[in-house]
Amino acid sequence: MITPEQRAEFRTHFRYNVGRRLVLDKIIKSAVFLCVVVAIVPLAAILVNVFTNGSSALSWEFLTQIPGAVGSDDPGGIGPAIQGTVVLIGLSSLIGVPVGVMGGIFLSEYGNNRYGRTVRFFNDVLAEFPTIVIGVFTFVLVVLTVGNFSVWAGSFALSIVMLPIIMRTTEESLKLVPVTYREAGYALGIRRYQVIFTIVLSSAKNGLVTGILLSVARIAGETAPLVFTILGSSQFINGLDGPIDALPLRIWRLSSLPYDSAVTQGWGAAFVLIILVLSINICVRYMLLQKKEKTFLRFKRLGVES
Amino acid sequence: METVTKTPAKGNFAEKIKYKLIAENISARYDGIVAVKDVSMKFHDRAVTALIGPSGCGKTTFLRCLNRMHELTKNATLTGKVLLDGEDLYSNKVDPIINRRKIGMVFQKPNPFPTMSIYDNVACGLKLNGVRDRKILDEVVEGCLKMASLWDEVKGDLKKPGMSLSGGQQQRLCIARALAIQPEVLLMDEPASALDPIATQKIEEMIQELKKEYTIIIVTHNMQQATRVSDYTGFMYLGNLVEFGETKQIFENPRNETTAKYVQGQFG
Amino acid sequence: MVELFISCLTTKCAMMTIKMKKGSPHVDKIFKYVSVGAATYVIAIIALIVFHLGSGSAPVWQQEGISFLTGSDWNSVDGRESYGAAPYIMGTLVNAGIAMVIAVPLSFGIAMFLSELSPRLLRTPLAMIIELLAAVPSVVYGLWGLIVFRSYIKDWIEVPLHNVFGDNSIIFAGTPFGLDILTASIVLAIMIIPTIASISKEIMLAVPNSQREAAYMLGATKWEAFRLAVLPYSKSGLIGACILGLGRAVGETMAVTMLIGNATGAAAFPSSLFQPGQTMASIMANEFAEASQGGLHLAALVGIGLILFILAFVINVVAHLLVARVVKSHEGAVLA
Repeated sequence: MITPEQRAEFRTHFRYNVGRRLVLDKIIKSAVFLCVVVAIVPLAAILVNVFTNGSSALSWEFLTQIPGAVGSDDPGGIGPAIQGTVVLIGLSSLIGVPVGVMGGIFLSEYGNNRYGRTVRFFNDVLAEFPTIVIGVFTFVLVVLTVGNFSVWAGSFALSIVMLPIIMRTTEESLKLVPVTYREAGYALGIRRYQVIFTIVLSSAKNGLVTGILLSVARIAGETAPLVFTILGSSQFINGLDGPIDALPLRIWRLSSLPYDSAVTQGWGAAFVLIILVLSINICVRYMLLQKKEKTFLRFKRLGVES
Repeated sequence: METVTKTPAKGNFAEKIKYKLIAENISARYDGIVAVKDVSMKFHDRAVTALIGPSGCGKTTFLRCLNRMHELTKNATLTGKVLLDGEDLYSNKVDPIINRRKIGMVFQKPNPFPTMSIYDNVACGLKLNGVRDRKILDEVVEGCLKMASLWDEVKGDLKKPGMSLSGGQQQRLCIARALAIQPEVLLMDEPASALDPIATQKIEEMIQELKKEYTIIIVTHNMQQATRVSDYTGFMYLGNLVEFGETKQIFENPRNETTAKYVQGQFG
Repeated sequence: MVELFISCLTTKCAMMTIKMKKGSPHVDKIFKYVSVGAATYVIAIIALIVFHLGSGSAPVWQQEGISFLTGSDWNSVDGRESYGAAPYIMGTLVNAGIAMVIAVPLSFGIAMFLSELSPRLLRTPLAMIIELLAAVPSVVYGLWGLIVFRSYIKDWIEVPLHNVFGDNSIIFAGTPFGLDILTASIVLAIMIIPTIASISKEIMLAVPNSQREAAYMLGATKWEAFRLAVLPYSKSGLIGACILGLGRAVGETMAVTMLIGNATGAAAFPSSLFQPGQTMASIMANEFAEASQGGLHLAALVGIGLILFILAFVINVVAHLLVARVVKSHEGAVLA
């Protein structure tokens, strides 16, 4: 048993380092705060630059006209790019959303077995695929086979990017629906598919929609899958089996041109793209914050934006 | 309106020798809830004081006020003084970390650091305070593990991870860890509530040994444990201290009606 | 008018009830098979991808053999075609490596701030801002880096370093002009910070508070409590978060393509931070236009795509194994 005298003796071995420890604590607290500042500064800088440089390019003509000849006095606009992005998002959603939602239904309702685990694993693999490789694959599969760049190829590539995101978010949203809802349905004699469609899906509606919106925001900004598949164009769409332009692709092309007017157009296109992407993101996250904190955290853990 | 009943007050000089820790007018709130309402208590040196009361009566919050752990809670505020050997632990000049190490604490669920060995778990408090001398560390670790009745069971291999012990052993490890920083007072928040009866008995026997040299304050919801283990008991209800006195008197002859009802098991 | 509306509503409800009662078991089966089909689509796509990456790159493997992985030729002149991917593999690793060196400490700092230090009210808006960093498209990072940021990097970092160390050192040699490995790595670091930071934050938040309290009880400062209670507990999860960030860094294309300078062949071997470089992703984007005619050049790019896929796959599997272990050993829910 250690007596108080012995305790006092042991305490003499404590170094009077409290001062130093508190200083170190303060230094680390400041360093950590600095990290946050360092991360926020680029975001602010990008937004400021895009908005200030891009707004000077904005006009109705800019948003609707075709690009003019390179380096000429009338640089034209990015009309085809905007049209292309909208069409590409629409078409890839046609493939990506149904398949993704049904796949998510499988994982959540029928997927508690080895096959479900396998599918989940491969879904994660697909979610983290370098998108340029998806673009190359689509080039080999679609473009080379068919013989030309097309809207279909671009949509197919983008649908591969959006599919795993929708599958994961659908699964997570469906899992959040309490089992008791399903049991109530079965107890009423309703078939499984009806339970899923009318009860489960409608309860999970919000989660599903936010997942789809987030994946739309993601593919709107994807350039790499388009490099190999749509070729880019200075004209509006001329059939779905022909080339097309898209906002991210046009930004890339404009950025490499040595003319100031081209660079300004690039900022303008970036402005439009950022408005599109950020407004979807902010809306969705705001909605999620209002609804379940749980869903939000789950989505973050799934790394939906990455 | 309940009246507070206490044993008669002693003179100041006698108080200093007899009472190791004095809490004066502690009022504590967190998250808008008033948990402790103007509670004052004097804790005898080399004795075990139990705090009993139904769930939510504020006994754990009060305990955490004694070693300045309450201010770590969200939205916590506190008024009052805590005097250890006459020195106010809440005096503004001193950073809480200095005063926290004068009082050790053991929590409800054993929480040894999972990535550290048994030796490192006990020694980490010392290392924090700058002790480097290997001999001193060895000596203190051995002494504390002996006081916690754990030495014989683990002396063979102190490098084993702390989590490889049983629940009761882990709790004794946590007690050794708290003792290692050479505190004068040991606070225990329902230390045996997560343990089986045999482990509980070991801890209670250990407390009887420890009180020869330490001042111990134990919060317990188990009244039988309070009678087995403590010399003094304080009964708290709805944030107030209802009655305080020698354990025998509180349980056999409570002066307050609410106390009587509680110790007879009529509510709680 | 109101009666009409109410009678329509009632009829509709009645019809729905009748419909629901008549649910057919066949539809049930079909529904299940459709969902299984959708799930299998994922596996089918991956199988297709691997197959086409292999078959599309077969010509270059046949011609170069293992030297495709080790050689550094990059000659697309007819009759003397020869390709080696080694510089780009090295370039990817170096680019991602430098980005990690910058991003990991910053991300851990951000995660530590969000989990331990920030006031509750600030936590959600700050976390949202960090995640908005991830929502910015890669091409916009590239544009900003190309037009705005690189001159800052050049003037404030590269030129001073070059003046001090100059051609005496390998990594600071060469007159800096901004489109080089360093700029690409810095911008890449900014892009992967949200990934690492948000997962790390979740992992740190999952550490039970009782651990921190044990440290505080011993008289620890906030930093010491973090060091004793949070860090060791979350170590493997944090490593998993880093590796996920690495996986993202390896696959990142557009920003890197626009900033890294487009070197080819043996000159693309990373040597100086201030020299242009090339990664596997960027050479595919840069050379696509020439290679789209087909032939060995295309096969070479497809082959690089295959290597990149394998690299990213391995990294992500390792990350998931690590994080899955965290989920099993501690109760904190980290990644699904």
